[in-house]
Amino acid sequence: MSERNSFVREVAEKKYEYGFTTDVQTDIIEKGLSEDVVRLISQKKGEPDWLLEFRLNAYRYWLTLEQPTWGHLKMPPIDYQAISYYAAPAQKPATVVGASSADLDPELIKTFDKLGIPLEERMALAGTAVDAVMDSVSVKTTFREKLREKGIIFCSISEAVREHPDLVREYLGSVVPYRDNFFAALNSAVFSDGSFVYIPKGVRCPMELSTYFRINARGTGQFERTLIVCDDDAYVSYLEGCTAPVRDENQLHAAIVEIVVKERAEVKYSTVQNWYPGDSEGKGGVLNLVTKRGHLRGRDSRLSWTQVETGSAITWKYPSCVLSGDGSQAEFYSVAVTNNYQQADTGTKMIHIGKNTRSTIISKGISAGKSQNAYRGLVKVASTADNARNYSSCDSLLLGSQCGAHTFPYMDVHNDTAVVEHEATTSKISEDQLFYCNQRGINTEEAVSLIVNGYAKEVINKLPMEFAVEAQKLLGVSLEGSVG
Amino acid sequence: MSAEKQYTDFYAEVRETIAARSCDEMNACREKALQTFAAQGFPSPKMERYRYAKVEADFSPNYGIALAPLAGPLPPYCFRIADADPRVRVLYNNVADAADSIVALNTLLSVDTLVVHVPRGIKVEHPIQISNILKGEHDTMVSRRILIVMDELAEADVIITDRAASQSRFLTNQVIEVVMGDGSHLSLYEIEETHLLCTRYGSVFVQQGRNSSLHHTSLTLFNGHTRGRLDVQLQGEGSEVTANGCVIADKMQRVDNNTLIDHQVPHCQSSELYKYVLDDSAVGAFAGKVLVREGAQKTISKETNANLCATRSARMYSQPMLEIYADDVQCSHGSTVGQMDEAALFYMRQRGIDEPEARLLLKAAFITEVIETIPLLSLRDRLHVLVDKRLRGELSKCEGCKLCK
Repeated sequence: MSERNSFVREVAEKKYEYGFTTDVQTDIIEKGLSEDVVRLISQKKGEPDWLLEFRLNAYRYWLTLEQPTWGHLKMPPIDYQAISYYAAPAQKPATVVGASSADLDPELIKTFDKLGIPLEERMALAGTAVDAVMDSVSVKTTFREKLREKGIIFCSISEAVREHPDLVREYLGSVVPYRDNFFAALNSAVFSDGSFVYIPKGVRCPMELSTYFRINARGTGQFERTLIVCDDDAYVSYLEGCTAPVRDENQLHAAIVEIVVKERAEVKYSTVQNWYPGDSEGKGGVLNLVTKRGHLRGRDSRLSWTQVETGSAITWKYPSCVLSGDGSQAEFYSVAVTNNYQQADTGTKMIHIGKNTRSTIISKGISAGKSQNAYRGLVKVASTADNARNYSSCDSLLLGSQCGAHTFPYMDVHNDTAVVEHEATTSKISEDQLFYCNQRGINTEEAVSLIVNGYAKEVINKLPMEFAVEAQKLLGVSLEGSVG
Repeated sequence: MSAEKQYTDFYAEVRETIAARSCDEMNACREKALQTFAAQGFPSPKMERYRYAKVEADFSPNYGIALAPLAGPLPPYCFRIADADPRVRVLYNNVADAADSIVALNTLLSVDTLVVHVPRGIKVEHPIQISNILKGEHDTMVSRRILIVMDELAEADVIITDRAASQSRFLTNQVIEVVMGDGSHLSLYEIEETHLLCTRYGSVFVQQGRNSSLHHTSLTLFNGHTRGRLDVQLQGEGSEVTANGCVIADKMQRVDNNTLIDHQVPHCQSSELYKYVLDDSAVGAFAGKVLVREGAQKTISKETNANLCATRSARMYSQPMLEIYADDVQCSHGSTVGQMDEAALFYMRQRGIDEPEARLLLKAAFITEVIETIPLLSLRDRLHVLVDKRLRGELSKCEGCKLCK
């Protein structure tokens, strides 16, 4: 048995590896949502009036909306009054400006060590700066000093509100306004924390920036908000990872990610999403309902979304790009794996507004067990987008006769010089491929893992090194036991 | 007055006339249709299948409603529903989606049904042509209903043409139901050459038995607004469907084709090819869904939608969808929106073909791919001529047949 396969087995026996809870004293507010709760969150975070006003507007607007139902999903009813909208590890000092690990609760450090996110020196070797968010608040951001030398701001969004209010005020809600959709309005009202990144003009961020999200406390939701602003000629690569403990109830995760890309700037955003997917009976798991959008404002700007989605009971998100700068380029690479009773309705939106804009969509869906995996994508070419070019390819792989793979592409073309192409295939692993591997002494399980990894390679290759390794392992683990 | 009320009021007024002119099978379905229509109203663009249609706007104008039953001699194998085999008559309204309000409106207002019934084992040698000619001084709405029943091993070609012989506004709401027995074969062509003031809602519902094959071609050569719907249920193993379509649209024309191929059993095949050429301010939409149900293993399905936008103001919406619940299948779809190949244009101009002619040749060649799939040779030749004329702008009205003159 090869080393990797033994690893896969080992992990599979453990089931969801990140399913531990950490015994940290947590400050959780009463369950329920009202204007008072919104005010309380704002007050706990010591926010300025404009932000409270923003939250209240969002909350009032949210009250007028109904939860959408158009997704190809069977969504359990969400009781928005049964969720606590703010949870913070209690022993955390109020701010962690340059906090050393001594300031942090040792249990918390253990948590992140278990997750493989050592907040200290090990990260130096990996060359990654980390912002870790547990439940609702950011607990630690590493390497701030080193980044500050270059003028890069990388901190929690609450801190950014205090220290860089002008920047936050200018960009917050400029890409995803609170009126965007039901979950965006909810998030805008109650968002607790998240990361803020600002890369000044002409700076190439010397290390990869990373955020790790973890839901720990029971009966809470996570509503983080990430805002990335990449100024002219700057570059940043940003990684996001997530885990949650094993719970038998559904936990809600409704985040917003906003990215602003200015002239000739480039942002790479990579996600490895591994929220708790529920058990093999489909009980529990995280409801991952996220709005992610990038605005390519400047000429020749570039944005690439790469996502590996293996977790969550329900994934409903469309990381999108608005290409308004002339000559801007956007890419979307996605691998979505669903097993057991997981459901995913994910894809992207590419909205071409500027001239000579280009976008590429590569989506790979893998469904196993009794799961449902849907790709939904919009490519819109406005009448101003001369010579826009899009290429989309979405493939689905079915492992098992009870799962579903669906493709719902939308193409709206309003310009005669645009070229838009879409292709999709759905198939299973062919007997020929398996036979070929078996003939060469590779057993069926290994052969499947080999073929699946080959299938997803196009996307995984786009991930930064450390993430690629993790993603590959996750693919193996997520599909373990689905081949029979 | 709301658009719906205009129709329900009208029905309340003429319900006796309709009932008297119609037959029991049709009258029996009206009450339920009225309830469905009154409850749902016209479908809004929020409904996924009506995303690109403007139903309410199309049905709002004040049309006179035609209530004449079928008249005159009918071609072989064609009957008025009252004269058809009782076994066939009971199939009325069993295939169409009764929950759809456009179908419900048709069920409510149709006075007669043309039944095409080909008995077991019969191969109809000559194509059956059904010409619908819209003629009249006043703006008119027509509800048309056709039921095609192919018994086991029967074979036939059915050509349905839509023409307009006068310049009034016309609104057609047509529902075709097709029941195909085991081993039967049907080629069904719908050809539309009307004018800019004509609006046409055409819905085709098909149930296919074992080893049956359907070849459906929809050609929109000239129209005002067209909404085509094709729902095929593959209910017998080994059945096959080919659904092709081509659209040539310019000026303010709007064409929306919406298809659903439902693979319910294993070993079926489907293939779709839709091509659009859009000029001026035309709007085209294609939404095709292939549904492979649980257990429908060994399905092979292919869907292609290719579109040519010739001007900036032309718009195309394309939505090729797959919904798959079985693992041993091969399904693919592709969709493109693009413009003419500059290299090909240059090549032709180098050889002395002027630009407009070169563009026209390219458009014709683009459409030819669909026409070439038509098994009926004589129709194929005729269509080549019609497409060429259409692209030259010569086909704005029907020409030739004496009925129109």
